[in-house]
Amino acid sequence: MAEANNQILSEAISAQFGSQVLSIEETYATLDIVVEKSIIIPFISWLKTHKTFQVNFLTSLCGVHFPEQNDRELSVVYHLHSFINNIRFRVHVFLPASQPEIPTLTTLFAAANWMERETFEFYGIKFLGHPDLRIILNVEDMDYHPLLKQYPLVDATRTDKDDKYFGR
Amino acid sequence: MGLNTSKLPNGPEMYVGEGYGLTQIEKVIGMARANSIWPLPFATSCCGIEFMATMASTYDLGRFGAERLSFSPRQADLLMVMGTIAKKMGPILKQVYTQMAEPKWVIAVGACASSGGIFDTYSVLQGIDKVIPVDVYVPGCPPPPEAILDGILKIQELIKNEPLRRRESAEYNDLLQSYQID
Repeated sequence: MAEANNQILSEAISAQFGSQVLSIEETYATLDIVVEKSIIIPFISWLKTHKTFQVNFLTSLCGVHFPEQNDRELSVVYHLHSFINNIRFRVHVFLPASQPEIPTLTTLFAAANWMERETFEFYGIKFLGHPDLRIILNVEDMDYHPLLKQYPLVDATRTDKDDKYFGR
Repeated sequence: MGLNTSKLPNGPEMYVGEGYGLTQIEKVIGMARANSIWPLPFATSCCGIEFMATMASTYDLGRFGAERLSFSPRQADLLMVMGTIAKKMGPILKQVYTQMAEPKWVIAVGACASSGGIFDTYSVLQGIDKVIPVDVYVPGCPPPPEAILDGILKIQELIKNEPLRRRESAEYNDLLQSYQID
């Protein structure tokens, strides 16, 4: 089996995808790879089918909201894991809040199904091509995406707190 | 012959003569109900663990006549809600409550069931009294078994002193109507 580590992986990614990979950084021995939205599916597909890397497991998929980043307000983070090489890394994609759309990863990993439903529920990110993009955790009639930072964290129906003491 | 407290523990006041005792049927029924509660434990989090300790040998809820837990709402007298109730769980809790036969009582055990507790957030019901009427609130996060027992004793006092026709009263019907329960 060929060697694979963070350095080999990042060099291979840069050689394959060039400027479409926006940045590769290493924090606490884990790679953070930021890529263009347009290549996200080919990128993960290449990693999954790569002879050496064999990135065969989607650990997690989630959204993040950065309201202060103009045209890069929303982010989707993929946590990927190669069991064979024992390498984990994160792939980040940034989206504008005005067009929160990204292709679905369910074509590659069935595990992405519920994770994408959850990310849609909390951040309103639409995963194009998802087989069943309904909200999954909250009450069915939830009419907003609660983890977007324009919505208050505290519940409006709370009655036992004195605002004076709780900073509301 | 004279006014005595009966020989039953915490029994009603009665006139006791030779071979008979005289009291009100309301008080006898209250005593019987209060000492044979069948609780339905609706445990969703850590308060439920404290309730397990309350049921076990050291604290032993059976001493108060509540030995027999009912896991069917149709045979339960007391709904014990112990733990965080998410908004998605709200309608289920309400359904369990409406399936219980009258007379029925509700005890909210712990901060979450009483007010939402620390979970002042979009997904958590801010107290079960938003969906069903509550008789006794037990504070604590979680409350120790002693506090849960204190809540049970408060419920027993309520049961003993409840007028027989309370469940037919206009006030009670208004209370249920305010929760859209028929």
